Amino acid sequence: MKNFIFGKLTLDAIPHLWYTIAATVSIIIMMVVSVLFLTKTKRWGWLWHEWLTSTDPKKIGTMYLIFAALMFFRGLIDVGMVWLQQSIAVNSKGYLSADHFQQIFTAHGDIMVFFVTMGIFFGLMNWIIPLQIGARDLAYPFVNSLGLWLTVAGGILINLFFIIGGDFANTGWLATAPLSELEFNPSAGVDYLIWSLQLSGLGSLLAGINFIVTIIKERAPGMTLMKMPLFVWTSFFGMLLIITAFPVLTATTLLLWLDRFFGMHFFTNNFGGNPMMYFNLIWMWGHPEVYILVLPAFGMYSEIVATFSQKKISGYTSMVLAGFTITVLSYLVWLHHFFTMGAGPEVNSFFGIVTMLIAIPSGVQVFNWIFTMYKGKIIFASPMYWFIGFVAIFMLGGITGVFMASPPADFQVHNSLFLVAHFHTMIVGVALFGSFAGITYWFPKIMGFKLNEKLGIRAFWFWLIGFFVSFVPLYLLGFMGAPRRIDRYDASTGWQPLYITAMVGFVIICGGVIIQVYQFIVSIRDRKQNLDTTGDPWNGRTLEWSTPSPPPHYNFAIIPTVTSRDEFWQMKKRGEHPQLQKEYKEYKEYKDIVLPKNTAMGIYISGFAFLFSFAVVWHILWPAVIGLIGTIVCMIILSFDEHREYVLTAAEIAKIEASRVQG
Amino acid sequence: MKDNLNLNLNVNVKVNATGEVAEEEDIKAFGFWIYLMTDLIIFAVLFATFCVLRNSTFGGPSGRELFHMPSVLAETLALLISSFTCSLAMIEVHQQRKIPAIAWFAVTFILGAIFLSLEVSEFFELIDKGNNWQRSAFLSSFFTLVATHGLHIFIGLLWMICAMFRIWFRPFSAFHISNLFRLALFWHFLDLVWIFIFTVVYGMGHLL
Repeated sequence: MKNFIFGKLTLDAIPHLWYTIAATVSIIIMMVVSVLFLTKTKRWGWLWHEWLTSTDPKKIGTMYLIFAALMFFRGLIDVGMVWLQQSIAVNSKGYLSADHFQQIFTAHGDIMVFFVTMGIFFGLMNWIIPLQIGARDLAYPFVNSLGLWLTVAGGILINLFFIIGGDFANTGWLATAPLSELEFNPSAGVDYLIWSLQLSGLGSLLAGINFIVTIIKERAPGMTLMKMPLFVWTSFFGMLLIITAFPVLTATTLLLWLDRFFGMHFFTNNFGGNPMMYFNLIWMWGHPEVYILVLPAFGMYSEIVATFSQKKISGYTSMVLAGFTITVLSYLVWLHHFFTMGAGPEVNSFFGIVTMLIAIPSGVQVFNWIFTMYKGKIIFASPMYWFIGFVAIFMLGGITGVFMASPPADFQVHNSLFLVAHFHTMIVGVALFGSFAGITYWFPKIMGFKLNEKLGIRAFWFWLIGFFVSFVPLYLLGFMGAPRRIDRYDASTGWQPLYITAMVGFVIICGGVIIQVYQFIVSIRDRKQNLDTTGDPWNGRTLEWSTPSPPPHYNFAIIPTVTSRDEFWQMKKRGEHPQLQKEYKEYKEYKDIVLPKNTAMGIYISGFAFLFSFAVVWHILWPAVIGLIGTIVCMIILSFDEHREYVLTAAEIAKIEASRVQG
Repeated sequence: MKDNLNLNLNVNVKVNATGEVAEEEDIKAFGFWIYLMTDLIIFAVLFATFCVLRNSTFGGPSGRELFHMPSVLAETLALLISSFTCSLAMIEVHQQRKIPAIAWFAVTFILGAIFLSLEVSEFFELIDKGNNWQRSAFLSSFFTLVATHGLHIFIGLLWMICAMFRIWFRPFSAFHISNLFRLALFWHFLDLVWIFIFTVVYGMGHLL
């Protein structure tokens, strides 16, 4: 009976270690504070109707960004704990147990990849892609909301072990088999990891399908494929990678779970299981994932460079082709993650050469960005700082990447800190710097006022210097033979000064983060001085700047007809800036607009899916059944609902537009 | 309604005032195609693991010893015929004839249910003889691949019940027909996957 009600849950699962108690208390305090705040200001209805149930991609985008920011702080605390341990654990145990240390770097990796970087990209794509292609919405507004809430459910699940369980996976972010099998990892930590990835992976997949259909089907008249802004192109490539790679992740982690739950033998050491198959499968997803993380950032840089050089992007066609080449090649390189597996010289040579080939399209992109700046009237606004910093770091990452693409060299640095330094160079330098550049660039569009430039530039310098101080020592440590993921080492290795230097770099980066938080506070406080009244604060080139900031919920009162690549730039040249047009305000021009209604179904379905996942983690049957049936019933109810849209009449639009022009 | 992916929305279907309904349903069909392709990749992973682990029997029985071809052939026939009757149902849907459409979907449903019960009884037979998924990596991958397909069939059957209810109680609208269109697409897709399972799992297992 006890087994039926609680499954594997026992009293041991309640928080009793210092870090689980600390995390539980802080989570409870945060929840109590937010509940009190919402009740006090009577905002529950507002939160539910205006935000949580919204199907407006702009609001969903904002929620993605807030969620990613929260997860970013979680990931940042993790990495601080890892570096502190490595700075002091010489000839001693340090302050963390080996198991706890492993759990922390596992959580750091998963959170930063799945919830922070992808969260920021989905947030910005939700905001910007419909605006750039001249659409009012994504193709499937409900699916968009569902994708967000599945991702959030995954994010909650990955943090839930603090409160229930106390153990996270200690396997590394990819849940490496056979270490992640039941035999070596009997606690619920790996199950938390698996189901968190199932939920957020499904969310990403749905978002991927949604963006692809949107980009193919919902473009404004006249916008042919080769007239799309480059951010749309690279996001499209990223989404292509998502729909082809994420099913592999879903299937692979599901097989691992079948091993753990049903006692199957896919990746076990015994009964004919094949652990190396896990490496192949997980990296078939894992390598495209790397490009899912960097391609949208490439697109953001393209937009930013062209805008701040006040010049059209150089070599547009070659940029598109380079993006496409990277997309295709990224499927063919997964084996370079385990050259040491012993697949033989022929196989290793093939994957080594294909990996090196990726340097060519990447180089094309960098040269095009530089050519765009050449003879441009460059404005050094803070997004441009992030861009220049990115180019410097990308060089370092590219060179070390090509270096490791050579199997003999890779054998020397395999699983060393050199590798850790390389991929952090790529993800921090490309994806995160790109996110910061993109957020700064599009912030006025999202909020209606600019971020404080001075603080933004200061934060950039902290990040750039902190980055080099952190990661250059890791490259050196890699050459000195320091393996990744060690929780203690001997003083005779001489590694400690470099570890401490890396820790100092982390503190500098934290300084940058604090400045960024302060930048947001100051910018909101002084928003009146930085107000963006024209909707075009940077003298932009693409359609998103032709709308007011922030845009009305229907984006465009009249869908523009596109005739050229930098459509808004051409509009301004022709003197047809829509915000300044008199006819634009006239009632006659407007037509009724069909818009999606808000729906709470995304939250309900994600809630049931969350319940199911939680129950499966702890082997409890009855909530799993409730979760499953609830999900199916919600889907059926939804499929019978034909009235998911409402009509905004031309008269109402005219009223909204007129009030904006006068106000 | 340019390039409408064979959606064949009947001209009699009422289109709303803005004239956007047909196009919207067309976009749904396009997205559903993409979803099917992602599902196909999940199956591809399962096929790949099956092919890798096919001979990892760990001293246990191999496919040749286990598979009972006549019942597998019966399953295959049931599913292939159900695909045909599903198409007949869709023809009636496009003619907007309620009773024949429901009748053909009912036949499809029964054939699908026969398929599923044959498959489940095959599973039980294997498990009864001690050849369950814990026996060897080969059997793990066999059960996972075939049961994943079976799970899809089960979802398809649930969907079909809803579809029959809807045909009975609701008038044919573009929204409604496009939902049925996606159901038919899903059903044919599962048929296609089964042909590969028949070939790779049972055919190769029996011959090689």
